[in-house]
Amino acid sequence: MKARSEKLTLQEAYVQSHHRHHRLVGLCRFLCFFTFLSAWELCADLDIINSFIFSSPSRIAYTIFLMWQDGSLFLHTGVTLLEILISFVLVAIVSLGTATLLWCSRTLSEILEPWLVILNSLPKSALAPLLIVWLGSGMRTIIIAGMSVALFGSVISVCTAFRESAPEKIRLIYTLGGNQAQVLYCVIFPESLPAIISILKVNIGLCLVGVIIGEFLSARQGLGYLIIYASQVFKLNYLIAALIILCVIAFGLYQIIARLEHRVRKSRQAQP
Amino acid sequence: METLLQADHVSYSYHNLSGETPALSDITFSVKKGEFLSLVGPSGCGKSTLLSLLATLLKPESGTVTIQGRIGYMLQKDHLFEWRTIWKNVTLGLEIQKRMTQENLARAQQMMKDYGLWEFRDARPSELSGGMRQRAALIRTLVPDPDLLLLDEPFSALDYQTRLHVCDDVCRIIKKEGKTAILVTHDLSEAISVSDRVLILSHRPASVRRELPLSFTDSRLTPMARRQTREFQDYFNIIWKELNADESEI
Ligand SMILES: Nc1ncnc2c1ncn2[C@@H]1O[C@H](COP(=O)(O)OP(=O)(O)O)[C@@H](O)[C@H]1O
Ligand SMILES: [Mg+2]
Repeated sequence: MKARSEKLTLQEAYVQSHHRHHRLVGLCRFLCFFTFLSAWELCADLDIINSFIFSSPSRIAYTIFLMWQDGSLFLHTGVTLLEILISFVLVAIVSLGTATLLWCSRTLSEILEPWLVILNSLPKSALAPLLIVWLGSGMRTIIIAGMSVALFGSVISVCTAFRESAPEKIRLIYTLGGNQAQVLYCVIFPESLPAIISILKVNIGLCLVGVIIGEFLSARQGLGYLIIYASQVFKLNYLIAALIILCVIAFGLYQIIARLEHRVRKSRQAQP
Repeated sequence: METLLQADHVSYSYHNLSGETPALSDITFSVKKGEFLSLVGPSGCGKSTLLSLLATLLKPESGTVTIQGRIGYMLQKDHLFEWRTIWKNVTLGLEIQKRMTQENLARAQQMMKDYGLWEFRDARPSELSGGMRQRAALIRTLVPDPDLLLLDEPFSALDYQTRLHVCDDVCRIIKKEGKTAILVTHDLSEAISVSDRVLILSHRPASVRRELPLSFTDSRLTPMARRQTREFQDYFNIIWKELNADESEI
C-alpha cells in the first residue's frame, strides 16, 4: 500500500515537472518575443536604426490598422489565401490521382519517371515567367504557379508512399477475393495516410511560395503584389506588414494540417 | 467421400532475369471433404508456392488444380489492420466480397462470441495478445464461410508455448466448424498432432515424396493429447527418416 502511494506521488511529481517545463518554455517564448519587439521599437524611436527603412512595431501596427480601415487588408490577404488554398487543393487532388494511376500501372510509371524527375528538379521560380507569357496575368496563372512548385515532388512522394505498403497485406486482400481497387481502398490509402498528411504539410508551404512568386510577377492584388509595390515606392511599413501577415498565414495553415495529423493519429490509436 | 480439391501433375517455376527457379515439379494429390491434410518439407522447398497455386493467386505452368467451393487462406502473420477495429478486421472478407448480409454478419458475431473475441470487437489489433490476434485472423478467414482452408505456417510467428495452445485452439475451431483444411508447416510434431494425412515434400523443386495417412486408436484426441501417444512417436520417426533421407541424397 505504501509503495503504491509512493508511486503515485512519483507520478504526480513527473506530471508536475512536465507542466513546469511547459510553463517555462511558454514564458521564455513570450519574453523573447516581447524583448525583440521592445528593442525594435526603442531603437527606432531613439533613432539608433533608421525607422524609414526598418520601420517599427508601432508603425507596422498602425499600417495594418489603416489597411483594415480601407479594406485592403482583407482584399490582399483574402486573394492570397484563396490562391494558396485553391492551388493546395488542386495539388492534393492531382497528385493523389496521378500517384494512384502510377501505382496501378508499373509500365506507365516507368515511362513517366524521367519527366517527373526533371520537372521536380527544375527551379520552379524559373517557370513562372513562362507561365505568365503563356497564360496571361490573372488568378489562374498564379494558382498554376503555386501548383507548379509543389506538384511534381508531391506526386513522387505520394507514389513512393504507396509503394511502401507491405506486399503481404496486399496479398491478404487478394486471398479474400479482392481486386486492385480494393487493395487501394483497403490497404494502400489507409496505410499511407500518415505519409500523405506529411506530404500535404510540405505542400502547403510550397504552394505559398509559388503563389507569392506568381504575385511578384503579375498581379494587381495579393500580398505578393503588395510586397513588390511597397518596395518599389519605398513604403517599407507596408512591406514589413505584408511579410508579417504572410507569417501569420503560413503559421495558421501549418497548424490546421498539424491538427489534422494529430486527429488522424488519435483516431488510429486505441480507445481507452 | 466427396473430393474437394484435386491437383494433377502441377508444376511451377519462378522466372526472373538471372534465371529460372523451378519450385514445384509434377505434384499430384487430392483432398476429401472434412479432411485435415498437412504438407511438410524443408524450408524453401515450395510449400507456400503450392498454396498460392491452390488459392489461384498463381497459375500452374503445367497441370491442373480443380477446387469445389470457396477457399479461405490464412497467412503466416495475422496482418490485422491497425486502422480497423477487430470487428472491422474480422468482417473484411465480407466487405471485399460485398456479402455484408444480415445472415453473414450474424455468423461473424456468433463466431466472435464463441471464440472469446466479442468483448474486443471495438479494440485495435495492438491491444490483443499474439494468440488472440491469430484467432482473430482465423475468424477473418472463416467468416466468408470457405469450404477449404489453406493455412500457411499460421503459428510460426508465435512463441512455443503460445503456439501449442493456439494450435489446439485453431484445430478445435476448424473441427467444430466442420472445415476441410490444408496446413503447411515445417514442424513435424505439429503436422502429426493435427492432421489426418501428411504429405511429405522433397527439396526444391518440390515433389511428393510420400503420403502418410495417420490413424490413432482414439480418433477424438486433441492435438495436445495426441502428442502423448505411442503412434505419435512412430509417425514422427517415419517422417523424420523420410525427410533426412532426402537430406542425404543432396
Ligand atoms: N517471387 C519469387 N521469385 C523467384 N523465386 C521465388 C519467388 N518466391 C519464392 N521463390 C523461390 O521459390 C522457392 C520456394 O519458395 P516458397 O514456396 O516460399 O517456399 P516455402 O514456403 O516452402 O519455404 C524458394 O527457393 C524461393 O527462393
Ligand atoms: Mg513459406
